[in-house]
Amino acid sequence: MKQTEFLNLVLPFKDKLYRLSKRLLVSTEEAEDATQEVLLKLWSKNSKIKEYKNIEAFAMTMTKNFCLDRLKSKQASNLKLVHSNYGDDNSSLQKNIEAKDSVNWVEKIMNELPEQQKMVLQLRDIEQYTFEEIEELLGMKPTAIRVALSRARKTVREKLTQKHNYGIA
Amino acid sequence: MELHNIEELLEKYFEATATIAEEETLRAYFSQENVAAHLEQYKPMFVYFSIAKDEKYSKKLPLKPKRNYTKWVSVAAVVAIAFSFYFGNLYQQHLEEQKEAQYAYNETKKALDLLAQNFSRGTQKVAYLNEFEQAKQKLYKNK
Repeated sequence: MKQTEFLNLVLPFKDKLYRLSKRLLVSTEEAEDATQEVLLKLWSKNSKIKEYKNIEAFAMTMTKNFCLDRLKSKQASNLKLVHSNYGDDNSSLQKNIEAKDSVNWVEKIMNELPEQQKMVLQLRDIEQYTFEEIEELLGMKPTAIRVALSRARKTVREKLTQKHNYGIA
Repeated sequence: MELHNIEELLEKYFEATATIAEEETLRAYFSQENVAAHLEQYKPMFVYFSIAKDEKYSKKLPLKPKRNYTKWVSVAAVVAIAFSFYFGNLYQQHLEEQKEAQYAYNETKKALDLLAQNFSRGTQKVAYLNEFEQAKQKLYKNK
């Protein structure tokens, strides 16, 4: 397979890989590295790539596993993922757009969710995968997916209303 | 979109029983301006989801054209090893031959030396015969 052919094949879903890694790893740099790693792994399997029925699903699963491994090794070595992509809080404060702040809150709330709920919510609400696709990607049972998704959505709702009632902390 | 309908869909949404199409309806509803006041609290969620979808992976991939160098390297290594064995053996043989020749030369020289020594001893002994000849000459003269 030629390089351009591979890039065209990967193009439709490489952003999805990146967003999933960023959801799990939080840091932009880490997510970029993870995405690159996964894509390079795919490229090295180049010759066998046509044998996979669904390359996108395969790549997403690879990304998931890679990120979870990464998180595990970070936890084992007692290191927190360091990320420097903090927004400029000052300017957003000056703009003081409450709606925008609430939107940012959703991201923060999502980052606090357990990994599995994070992934399910990401895949369903952001990438709009069907339940069947999520089953395949995450290797989970349909009921487990629904439970995780429902829990994640409710947690986001709950924490969001909390923030609203207490005002933006 | 009827408000009642939206509330129903939200219910289903939080129970995770809504279909993709129904969720799409919700997203469409919350992405517009006039959202009912009591549903305003859900807006940030859906707004965030659509924002999050726009994030792009912009890094360039350092792809290298893939070539099977390793295969050819191993072939070259095998060839090199075969050659070195072949020539190494030849050289070894050559050395051994040289050694044998040197040995043969030494042995021959030793043998010839021995022969030469014996010969010279022989000529010394034969020298006595001269004495005999002289004595005989004297006898003949005196006669």
